[in-house]
Amino acid sequence: MQAMIPSSYRIQKFIKETQDTFTIELKSIESKNGFTFEPGQFNMIYIYGIGEIPISISGDPNKSGILTHTTRAVGIVTKEMAKLKKGDIVGIRGPFGRPWPVREAVGNDIVIVAGGIGLAPLRPVIYHVLENREYYGRIILLYGARTPQDILFRKELEKFRSRLDIDIIVTVDRAIKGWTGNVGVVTTLIPRAPFDPINTIAMICGPEIMMRYTIIELIKRGLGKDKIYVTMERNMKCGIGFCGHCQYGTEFICKDGPVFSYKEIEHLFGKREL
Amino acid sequence: MKQISPDQLKDLIQGLQYRGYITIGPTLQNGAIVYSEILDINDLPIGITDSQKPGHYRTTQTNSNAIFNYVVGTQSIKRFLYPPIQKIFSAKFTEKKIEIQELDKPSQRYAFIGIRACELEALKIHDTIFSKSEFKNSRYTTLRHNSLFIAVNCSKAEKNCFCTSMNTGPEVKYDYDLLLTEINKNERHYFLLEVGSEKGEDIINEFDFSDADESEINEKYKVIEKTKSQIEKFLETDGVKESLLQSFESPVWDDIAKKCLACGNCTMVCPTCFCMTVEDYTDLERNSAERIQKWDSCYTLEFTYIHGGSVRVSVGSRYRQWLTHKFATWQEQFGTFGCVGCGRCITWCPVGIDVTEETTKIKKLSQLQTTSLEEL
Repeated sequence: MQAMIPSSYRIQKFIKETQDTFTIELKSIESKNGFTFEPGQFNMIYIYGIGEIPISISGDPNKSGILTHTTRAVGIVTKEMAKLKKGDIVGIRGPFGRPWPVREAVGNDIVIVAGGIGLAPLRPVIYHVLENREYYGRIILLYGARTPQDILFRKELEKFRSRLDIDIIVTVDRAIKGWTGNVGVVTTLIPRAPFDPINTIAMICGPEIMMRYTIIELIKRGLGKDKIYVTMERNMKCGIGFCGHCQYGTEFICKDGPVFSYKEIEHLFGKREL
Repeated sequence: MKQISPDQLKDLIQGLQYRGYITIGPTLQNGAIVYSEILDINDLPIGITDSQKPGHYRTTQTNSNAIFNYVVGTQSIKRFLYPPIQKIFSAKFTEKKIEIQELDKPSQRYAFIGIRACELEALKIHDTIFSKSEFKNSRYTTLRHNSLFIAVNCSKAEKNCFCTSMNTGPEVKYDYDLLLTEINKNERHYFLLEVGSEKGEDIINEFDFSDADESEINEKYKVIEKTKSQIEKFLETDGVKESLLQSFESPVWDDIAKKCLACGNCTMVCPTCFCMTVEDYTDLERNSAERIQKWDSCYTLEFTYIHGGSVRVSVGSRYRQWLTHKFATWQEQFGTFGCVGCGRCITWCPVGIDVTEETTKIKKLSQLQTTSLEEL
C-alpha cells in the first residue's frame, strides 16, 4: 500500500512559536516536485522509531517547495518532535482529507474563527485568500488565545493586519500586564464582527466546546448551517479509512473530513463520547 | 452437479496441493474448530459436532463420519487474508534519509475448504472495504484474488445462528469456486459438488467425477431446508438502522454497560470487523525500526485516545459504537450491514450478550418514543 509508506523530509527550519508550540519547515529528500496540498489537509508525520500522528498543514499552499507543520508538544510523538532541529529527518505520508471550502467561498465574505493552536490548520486559508484577494469579499479573522504569550504566529498576524484588507480581532482568556486588547472568549467577538451574514462562509477550528458556541453565535447572526465549516479531530492510525479509529457516526474523519459543514454533522455534533 | 465420495474429496485436496495451493480447512484444536493448514482429509474434524449458545461453545466427538457437521468455528478466514499481525515496512535510519523496506507482494495461494455462506458474505464485505474504496489494501486484494474458495452448505444450525435474518445463508448461492453439500444418509456418505467459477471448473476438469442423479440433487435441498428449520434466532432488520441512529442517548447503552466487560472478544471473532492499529518497534539502539499493523478493537480505551484523553470513556459508548457501526453506520459507509449473522459475537461473549436481543430492545424503545399516545 503506497499510501502507508512514508517518504523522507528534512527539517529546513525549526521555529519555536510559543511556550509549548512550534513549527517545522520541511523539504523533500526524495522528490524535487515539491508538495502540493489544499488548505485544511493533513499529513501523517512519522518520527523514526517513535510513532506517527496526524497533523494539519499550516503553510502556504502556493509555495510547494516547503511543507510546514505547526503543533503543540502534548503527546509522545509531538514531545519527541519538539526536540528536533534543523537537518533532522522525518517521514511524511499525505496529504489526506477534504480541505476547507476556499473554492466554494469565492465571492463571499470569509469569517475565520480560531482558538489556540486551531489557527494552524486555518493559516493556509489566510495565505490562500490573501494571495487571491480579489475573489473574496471581506475577510475577518477572529482569534482567541489563552494569554497574550500564547498568541500563535503573532508577528505574522501583525503583518497581515497592516494590509488593511483583512480584519483581525484577537482576544485572550486571561490578560497579563501590558495587554490592552480584548479579554474574553472568542465567541464574544462574533456579534460585532463586520461581515454580511447572507454571503458569508465561516471556517472554525478550535476545541469542540469552542466550536459549538461559535456555531451558536454565527447562527444567531443569520449564517446558514451549510455556510459554517468546522474541522474535526479524532485518533487516526492510517489516514485512508482503513484503521477505523476516526469514525464519527457515519463519517471517517480522515477521508470524509476533517473539514465538514455544520449541516453535514449537526446530528452528531456535541453528542457525548461519539 | 457432481457427486463425490470422501476418498475423492481426499484426491481433490491433494490435487489442490499439487497445484501449489496451501490448503486451509477446519481442524480441531484445543477443543474448538479452527481454520488451519490441512495436509490430508484426516486433518478435518471427522465426527466432530459443536453446540453454541450465548457465552457457550463446546465440541463433541460423535460416532458419525460426517466432516462438516458443525456450524462456524472460532474465527473466519479473515486471519489469512487480513492477518492479525502484519508488518507494513521495516526502516533503517541513515544520515541521508529513512530507508524504507517495503514488503514483497504476497505469493502464497490459499485454497479455503469448508467455508460457509455467512463467511463468503463477510468476504464480500471486506472486498468492498479493502478493494473498492479510494485507497486499496493491495495485500488483501492480491491474496484474495489468488485464493480458491471451496464452500460448504451448512448441514446444521446452532442456537446463535441468525443468517436467515441477515439474508446471508444458510445456502451458499454465489461467490464460490466450488461448493460441497455433505450428505450422510442411509449408511451412505458422499458430497454433492457444484462449480461456481472458471477457476473451479478448471480444477474439476482434472478429475473424473460422476454426475449426481436427481434423487441425489434433491438431497441438497433437503439439507438446506433442515438447516433452515433449525434456526431459532431472528432479527427483524427493517428499521434497525433508523432506530439505532436515533438512539445515541438511549438508556439501553448504560444497561448493556453493566454486563459488557469491554474485552473485545466480539470484535476479534467477527468476520467483518476490520479496525486496526499501527505500532512501531525499534531495536535498542534505534538503528532499525519496524511498523506493524495489528487488529484493534473499538472496545479499548486507547482506541479513541487523543491529546487530553479518550473520546469513548464509558463502556456503554464503546458498545454503542460497535453495535451502531454493525447495524447502522456501516450501511452508510459500505452499503451493507456489517453483520452476517454468524453468531460468533454471541457465542464468544464471556457474559453472553446477544446482539439480536440488544438491537431489538433498542428498536422497540426507539419506536415507542416516536409513537403517539393514541397509537399506544
